[in-house]
Amino acid sequence: MADRKNILDLYFLDARARLIDIAAFMDRVDRAGGGADFRYDAFREALKSLGDGQPGRAEKVLLAFSDPTNEPIPEATTKAACGAWPGANNG
Amino acid sequence: MRYIEPHGHMVSRTTDDYRAMTMAGCQAVCEPAFWAGFDRSSAQGFYDYFCQLTQHEPRRASMFGLPHYTWLCINPKESEDLALADEVLAIIPEFMGSPNVLGIGEIGLNKNSRNEMTVLEKHVDLAARNDQLILVHTPHLEDKRKGTRLILDVLKADSRIRPERCIIDHVEEHTVKMVLDDGFWAGMTLYPETKCTANRAIDILELYGDERIWMNSACDWGISVPLAVPQAAQEMKRRGNDARFIDKVVYQNPIEFMSQSPRFTRPEEL
Ligand SMILES: [Zn+2]
Repeated sequence: MADRKNILDLYFLDARARLIDIAAFMDRVDRAGGGADFRYDAFREALKSLGDGQPGRAEKVLLAFSDPTNEPIPEATTKAACGAWPGANNG
Repeated sequence: MRYIEPHGHMVSRTTDDYRAMTMAGCQAVCEPAFWAGFDRSSAQGFYDYFCQLTQHEPRRASMFGLPHYTWLCINPKESEDLALADEVLAIIPEFMGSPNVLGIGEIGLNKNSRNEMTVLEKHVDLAARNDQLILVHTPHLEDKRKGTRLILDVLKADSRIRPERCIIDHVEEHTVKMVLDDGFWAGMTLYPETKCTANRAIDILELYGDERIWMNSACDWGISVPLAVPQAAQEMKRRGNDARFIDKVVYQNPIEFMSQSPRFTRPEEL
């Protein structure tokens, strides 16, 4: 079983830097003009699971960005994925 | 250190990559058929690619003393065109007897469309009829959860398919459990931005154990790191994982899975 101090010694500075990067990214998005965007909505939704004090945070973040439906789509009109689900009517 | 690269698109890599991999301890490389980054214009393009995978690339790898194995298919990114897929499926058997072919892959889904599902089912049938191993690509990003579920349902619906002979690749935290719970093998792909980082992959190993799971770089023509597996092994060491655990994940497990094909030879027996 890993020791908490060792894990923090190994990864704290790295995680701290990434967290500041996320904060700066959100400031950057807010400063920019334009309307709502489903990707940023999903991003803010995903952030909630970081603060709930429960394990499985990485899985919950991934699920916040995922297509929740279960049926195949009629046709693939693009090859790309953008990282967040645009919604049933916006694919 | 010794390791196996179970998923590398070496036709897109340089001889410098081959040299770096062998110097890092790579003992064998396995190359699934993949999308070229652009759509091939005809089945003839696939024919040439299969020649490259079964004849030219193993020769190139052998210049570095590296055994090269491969997997054949039309990938899900080119599966929307059913007529083209049928033409390509028809030429695969001609290559299945090549000495470095381990099975059918990387098949699967990309955007989770109906045509992709149809082509996936045809590949599964081809593998079952010819007793081939299966290597599955799961979709990217927002499409992964749904696609992984659909793929597992297709595989489980075919009674000829034994889950221990299928590896479901590119699992992440939200898909690894369903794959392992159903008895399949799971692959974790180490990419700088999408898929898994080394640290997340090691977390998954710590949470789910070291049975039926491997790590790969999936290095190709895009942003990817051919040394991702030895780098992750180094990170495991830094985290205090013991040498036997590391060796099992990066060396023994790929051998255990691929040895189910009579074409695969353990590196120490070569
Ligand atoms: Zn691949």
